Amino acid sequence: MLETIIGLGTTALELGLISSLTVLALFLSYSMLNVCDLSTDGCFTLGAVVGAVTALSGHPLLSIPAAMGAGVLSGLITSLLQTKMGIDSLLAGIIVNTGLYSINIAIMGGSSLLNMNKTTTIFTMMKSLVSSTFLAQSYKLVTALIFVALVVLFLSFFLKTRLGLSLRATGDNPDMVKSSSINPAFTTIIGLCISSSFTALSGCLLAQSQKSVNVTIGSGMVTIALASLLIGRAFMGKGGITKRAIGVVIGAIIFRLVYTIALRFNLPAYMLKLISSVIVIIAISFPYFKGKKDDYMRIHRAKKEAGNA
Amino acid sequence: MLEIIGVSKTFNPNTVFEKKALVDINLKVENGEFISIIGANGAGKSTLFNAISGSFLTDKGKIVLDGEDITFLPDHKRARMIGRLFQDPMRGTAPGMSIEENLFLASGRGGWLGGINKKDRELFKEKLSSLSMGLEDRLSQPVGLLSGGQRQALTLLMATFNPPSLLLLDEHTAALDPATAERVLSLTDRIVKENNLTCLMITHNMQSALVQGDRTLMMDKGRIIYDVKGDERKGLTVSDLLEKFKENSGKALDNDRMLMI
Repeated sequence: MLETIIGLGTTALELGLISSLTVLALFLSYSMLNVCDLSTDGCFTLGAVVGAVTALSGHPLLSIPAAMGAGVLSGLITSLLQTKMGIDSLLAGIIVNTGLYSINIAIMGGSSLLNMNKTTTIFTMMKSLVSSTFLAQSYKLVTALIFVALVVLFLSFFLKTRLGLSLRATGDNPDMVKSSSINPAFTTIIGLCISSSFTALSGCLLAQSQKSVNVTIGSGMVTIALASLLIGRAFMGKGGITKRAIGVVIGAIIFRLVYTIALRFNLPAYMLKLISSVIVIIAISFPYFKGKKDDYMRIHRAKKEAGNA
Repeated sequence: MLEIIGVSKTFNPNTVFEKKALVDINLKVENGEFISIIGANGAGKSTLFNAISGSFLTDKGKIVLDGEDITFLPDHKRARMIGRLFQDPMRGTAPGMSIEENLFLASGRGGWLGGINKKDRELFKEKLSSLSMGLEDRLSQPVGLLSGGQRQALTLLMATFNPPSLLLLDEHTAALDPATAERVLSLTDRIVKENNLTCLMITHNMQSALVQGDRTLMMDKGRIIYDVKGDERKGLTVSDLLEKFKENSGKALDNDRMLMI
């Protein structure tokens, strides 16, 4: 029993860390830039597919930059659609997401499933690297943790630079960005390129850790990531960038734990998407109702007093 | 020096909503000149500012600032030479970011990958203390926590951090309470004088239009209908201005807000 719990906990931790990279991407695009990037699902799959194909061709190390580069391209197209071609940002994401479906299958050579059972991946490399140390059992966790730490470090440095600050200001007040002689189109493009590279990295790692990729690997990712982001925000509250970024990672892990627990209740696997939707609804509406609570209490008290009088 | 040569702008041309917002505007503003602009709602005052700062391209004419033709320059590039304040104190600052982060972006200091360093902070503190609003001790607080007057003063500081070739003030004190408006106005006066800035200020307060600056323009229906400076301006009263408006536009000025003194 205990072993099962530890096993499930470890899996949730691994998956939480890997998907937290997508959540960190949304932290940049959604929380900072104020753009809800709906190309996230397709971009996640793109990273998974590009990473898998590169690893299958015998270049596991190269799979990381390849996936991230593909993510940058995807982000570039999404951002160009909304900044240079007058397409609404939500619609731009949906359009790119749809287009990526075909591209992803094309990259997989026309099939919708690739297997990496005997392929050297970034995880198997780490496994042989730590095989004789105490970390032998948790090689997946270590790998995921390294990438997450790097991305968190990058973000907490980047968002304090002039470029990072102008990106945050673009989400806060685009007029102010313009009056600082910075083109908000430029900051949006940079932001979405970076965030998409993280999303793709996340997909690449998930595919390699589960040793297979199919074209639906990323479906629902944007909902899951959004839920994690909001859980993280509720958990950490306001604070510095580093604190908030760590909160985001914790949110992703909590989400996976809840997910795993839900699975333990013998729920059929096809119910998972519904669960993630419900979690997003609760996570987004909870702060809203919390704000309304005081109003309800006030009305309730007034009614009670009127009844007593 | 700002030169506006034959600038026109019509919105929704050839439709029932056609509006001639600017009609053949010619204006020459000398370096260091402080001009106040008055006129009823819809006279084209803000449209003139939008044309100068590049919110849209004009239909006709040319805009030259300090010898550079900026007629077709995108707005964010003009912002390097033009500082602008709006009536809404929320418009000039990013509320979710701290005072020092706002100032840092406005200052243009450091490269793209540079961050705020100790020297920057000292400079920001020094500049903020000149506002005497106690903001110098609140560098790391989000701007969203500041009052409207404080935000407008901060915006003024940001817009003039690197003295611009031209400062545009679009009723920048109209949303503030009288005492705060007075304070921001005298601050404006001081900063403009200290840096010898060239400045255009839209106001609905006729009295301050006459007191502030050294030249006054009156606009109506997209035209400049009265332009006064020097000795002639010194002797003017608010009722003289109202008389001039009637004379030049053929109707009485019926805007309540403008009659407030």
